[in-house]
Amino acid sequence: MSDFKKFNRREALKLGVAGAAFIGATPLFFNKDAWAAGFANDPGNSKSVILGFNVPQTGAYSEEGKDELRAYKLAVEHLNGGGDGGLMHTMKPMNLTGNGILGKKVEFVTGDTQTKAPAARDSAKRMIEKDGAIMVTGGSSSGVAIAVQGLCNEAKIMFMAGLTHSNDTTGKDKKRYGFRHFFNAYMSGQALAPILREEYGTDRRAYHLTADYSWGWTQEESIKNATEKLGWTTEIPVRTPLTQTDFSSYITQVINSEADVLVLNHYGKNMNDSLASAVQFGLRDKIAKTGKKWEVIVPLFSRKMAQGSGDDIKGILGSTNWNWSLPDDASKAFVKSFANKYGFPPSMAAHTCYVQTMLYADACERAGTFNPAGVIEALEGHKFDGMGNGPTEYRAEDHQCFKDVLVVRGNENPSTQFDLLKVVKVVPRAQVEYDASMFGGDLGPV
Amino acid sequence: MNSQSKNKDIRLMAIFSVIVLTAPIWLEPLGASYPALLQKFAIFGIFAIGFNILFGLTGYLSFGHATFLGVGSYTAVWSFKLLSMNVIPGVIFGTILAGMLAVLIGYVSLRRSGIYFSILTLAFAQMSYNLAYSVLTPITNGETSLQLALDDPRIFDAARTASQGLPSTELFGLKMSGYPGFYFCAVVLIIAFYISMRIFRSPFGLKLRAIKSNQTRMKYIGFNTRPYLLWAFVISGMYAGLAGSLMAVTDPLAGAERMQWTASGEVVLMTILGGLGTLIGPIIGAGVIKYFENIFSAFNENVLHNIFSFLPDGLENVVVQVAGLFVGSGWHLTLGLLFMIVVIFLPGGIVEGIEKIRARFRRTSPASSSEKSE
Repeated sequence: MSDFKKFNRREALKLGVAGAAFIGATPLFFNKDAWAAGFANDPGNSKSVILGFNVPQTGAYSEEGKDELRAYKLAVEHLNGGGDGGLMHTMKPMNLTGNGILGKKVEFVTGDTQTKAPAARDSAKRMIEKDGAIMVTGGSSSGVAIAVQGLCNEAKIMFMAGLTHSNDTTGKDKKRYGFRHFFNAYMSGQALAPILREEYGTDRRAYHLTADYSWGWTQEESIKNATEKLGWTTEIPVRTPLTQTDFSSYITQVINSEADVLVLNHYGKNMNDSLASAVQFGLRDKIAKTGKKWEVIVPLFSRKMAQGSGDDIKGILGSTNWNWSLPDDASKAFVKSFANKYGFPPSMAAHTCYVQTMLYADACERAGTFNPAGVIEALEGHKFDGMGNGPTEYRAEDHQCFKDVLVVRGNENPSTQFDLLKVVKVVPRAQVEYDASMFGGDLGPV
Repeated sequence: MNSQSKNKDIRLMAIFSVIVLTAPIWLEPLGASYPALLQKFAIFGIFAIGFNILFGLTGYLSFGHATFLGVGSYTAVWSFKLLSMNVIPGVIFGTILAGMLAVLIGYVSLRRSGIYFSILTLAFAQMSYNLAYSVLTPITNGETSLQLALDDPRIFDAARTASQGLPSTELFGLKMSGYPGFYFCAVVLIIAFYISMRIFRSPFGLKLRAIKSNQTRMKYIGFNTRPYLLWAFVISGMYAGLAGSLMAVTDPLAGAERMQWTASGEVVLMTILGGLGTLIGPIIGAGVIKYFENIFSAFNENVLHNIFSFLPDGLENVVVQVAGLFVGSGWHLTLGLLFMIVVIFLPGGIVEGIEKIRARFRRTSPASSSEKSE
């Protein structure tokens, strides 16, 4: 019976280790409550404050995630008084001092969401429980953003959403502790519709290829509603998995359908892959069964995606939150500061993340505290300007920013490798606004 | 002798319990003492213990155990949504449903052995993953992951949790996030370890080992091995379901990623890394892998510069550059190296390593130490 011999020896070692641990650490046992302070992760008397940057560094949206991280690092530099100060020169109202937040130096921790909700929550939990982050920010996938927002809300930690475009983030799944600067799918639909009518007329049939998760679903719905109001009809939408990289089988079905407009509810590398397939199959030069020329629309467009698609994106319509070619002072200042540091202009993902960090810091300064209760109050209904989108308001009812939306087109004759999107129209805020109760949901208590 | 070995088992259990329950203390210097990671250690410990009952005892390598993990999670979240935020029903239903699915998959897969069995389980796992990811979206919510919502029915405690925002999981009022969540998982781990120990010691466990060493001979003697195999498969499936439901308990969110083949592969790594067929090995393996995944992956250049700041500047930069490849997003590389070292030099896993170190301090008969590494 060698079994029991084994335990004889093993147990001696274990008993020793366990005993030592028990004796050595018993007094610590009941002091481990991280939540004992007045609010979660109160920096108290510490000289620094920690922000958690939770972005995808792997997966379908990793390109956007990496750019977000660059923007966060830039924001931290500016908050701590380094660099050229970026948007701190144009932001109105502006309460930042360049001396950290409330006199505390800003430090940060990073995490990889892997573009997956469970991984993102794990990494956010680590930031909150281990690193003591006072605010978590990030995104690039709405599924991830919604999952992390829920987690932060439960932990009573501020969540400043990065790039997330689903209506649900500040609609059905809105949370008291979550705030979104980025625009949403509904706004894209409202902004695009008039231009689609001008360009493609009122008698079209749309075929939707949709990324199969929260964002894709709401964007498909928003674009469908907006275009059907123009008189368009819609084929039964086809959902594609986020992990899909080969879209050729989907595209052959598109070509054989009765439709004549392909709507790609895809983002990041997904969109690069599906558009590449469409171009390979000659979709953009084909005449559809309806006798009209095939058109492709990418409702959520970004320069990063355009870069990934190369020549394929020429002439394609879409909408964005912000573009580096905007002529206002704030956009110029941000592009300059970002390009000086990294050597290329920022993407819209970078812009929204930078702005979110600045807005959070500013709200803390105005509230005079890191206590989320005060910060939330300072952000709700906050009106600001000089951040690259013109006058903007954080609506108190759903924590969604309202501002102008850009309709863009893939540039036919780019002058540089970054000059890929041309702004067709700046759609005024009034045209994309909606009632706060439209998407349901409940912010819940503070 | 029997009563003596029983005493040993009781003492082993006592020591194991103390080590598990004091984990928050002795993991502190390693930087791993925060609730989310501690919960992971316990949960993946359970998963690996269960997997070891099948793989370690019978030698049947299943590549689809993540399926049961996922089913456990989904069931538990649905129990939170429909019935009650109390974790007990969630855990029970999660375990039972995973067990039922294991009967189905096991019944079909166990008709073959060896590599064919592995491929069959892998095929089932891939099927379930795709079902969860796209076909069954109404039940699983696909890529977005299944989450709690404010308007869930929660028939048993809707009245209590209304108007408080999103409720959290609880055990009769005790919130299951943070340290209480860890202690709950830890207690379940201890129970799971006890059951596994009983199985290892039982005649049933002996039969499973007999299947591993020579199934043909066993059949000639007159044993029908299939029922034993099926039981082992179902039990380990239920362990996986239990682990899955605990994942939902500590974080009420279930995603299809949990069922991906990488998750199935991970538990194989854990078992082999820790020590296949040993009682404690899989738990050690699970701990090591989760530690790497959560702590090593979070190292960035700043941390490395701090560690190597004692070196002269130029050298420090070089060292940080090289070390940087092995931490952060490169943690898989470190894990891969560690795995290779273990498999090549310590086929019996980390447990064998520990035995070898102890053998240096104490004289042991070589026969018994080779027994252990089996």
